[in-house]
Amino acid sequence: MIPMMTRRAVVPLAAAVLLAIGVAAGAAAPDTVTIDNFTFAPTPLTVAPGTKVTWDNKDEEPHTVVSADGGKTFKSDALDTDDKFSFTFDKPGTYKYFCSIHPHMVGTIIVQ
Amino acid sequence: MDTRRDFMKCLAWAGTGIVWSVAGGVPRAMNLGGAALAAPTDGFSFVQISDTHIGFKAAANPDPNATLQAALDKIAALPTKPAMMIHTGDVTHLSKPEQFDTADQLLKGAKLDTHFVPGEHDVIGDDGKMYFERFGAKGAPAGGWYSFDQGGVHFIALMNVVGFGPATGGVLGKEQIDWVVADLKGKSASTPIVVLAHIPLWSIYPEWGWTTGDADPVFEALKPFGSVTVLNGHIHQVVQKVEGKVTFQTAMSTAFPQPEIGGAKGPGPMMVPAEKLKTVLGIREIAYTPAAGLKLTDETLA
Repeated sequence: MIPMMTRRAVVPLAAAVLLAIGVAAGAAAPDTVTIDNFTFAPTPLTVAPGTKVTWDNKDEEPHTVVSADGGKTFKSDALDTDDKFSFTFDKPGTYKYFCSIHPHMVGTIIVQ
Repeated sequence: MDTRRDFMKCLAWAGTGIVWSVAGGVPRAMNLGGAALAAPTDGFSFVQISDTHIGFKAAANPDPNATLQAALDKIAALPTKPAMMIHTGDVTHLSKPEQFDTADQLLKGAKLDTHFVPGEHDVIGDDGKMYFERFGAKGAPAGGWYSFDQGGVHFIALMNVVGFGPATGGVLGKEQIDWVVADLKGKSASTPIVVLAHIPLWSIYPEWGWTTGDADPVFEALKPFGSVTVLNGHIHQVVQKVEGKVTFQTAMSTAFPQPEIGGAKGPGPMMVPAEKLKTVLGIREIAYTPAAGLKLTDETLA
């Protein structure tokens, strides 16, 4: 619906605002996965080794974040609305994960 | 497409608060007692409640304790006292000790022998340890599944909410499936069977996890039986399907409704105006007589 020219103009501006907020609040917005409407976003998320990734549950439903190896790599408690979970990815690789309450919810973190 | 049409029909019923009935298990044409029309005297009735979600506090229902109590009051007012109550899971919202305690106290108020199966909200973080301490069946196998008999009907209570992997729906697992096969061995094909599980045992909408991926061998083992009724919860609405001799039924929640199949971005709690909430929550009464089989009646809390 939005003309292409407008889109091009809007996107960098939005990114710049987001970055400014992130810096101002001391938060690491690009390393955050938001949980909403039974989805993880963004996915896949690509980060550098040593990055601490935070999942932020904005859904009305509780969710979990569990690595696909049965939770051996990382496993959160139940995250109620606005609860967060973090894990630091030291080693490069592709990490698939899911919500153990709603296993149709899947996501991927790429560390490189 | 059929499922969706069936669903729409059920939603219309539930939405208008009309009490509706359906002959479940054995259609009347296939009655176990043949064509006998005489009123039987040796039946019993029981009730099913589901998805009480004690601890839920979002806008879709700020007080699930009160709506559970309303459901129990409805049950207490039934003309026929039920022989027992079935809870098809998601007793709590977040598997927290205080939520289990509150649920336990409210449910005990019903003063009914109650049989539970867990929902995925009851086993968060500990694979159901706290749940089984309170609601597990005595003497059940370690996995938590069990069976029992009541008034000539054989009940099989299954557990399909642990051992999830990415992109699976409900999971039974080989050990449980083998147990079902052994449990049914030697039973007369004329024994009416009622199967309980939280997540639907047939594929309603896998995209939202409304399915149990490995349930086929269970239905293979149930094939010889003339009357099989499957009672599930999980999707907070009535959806039914009849396939051969098997009748599948999901139940309303006592806490909050969920959207119709594919009718929203996700299967989260569905907001309805506060004054309409009780028209989309409900209980189910199941009457059994050897002559007429199982008769299911879904009633809203309105």
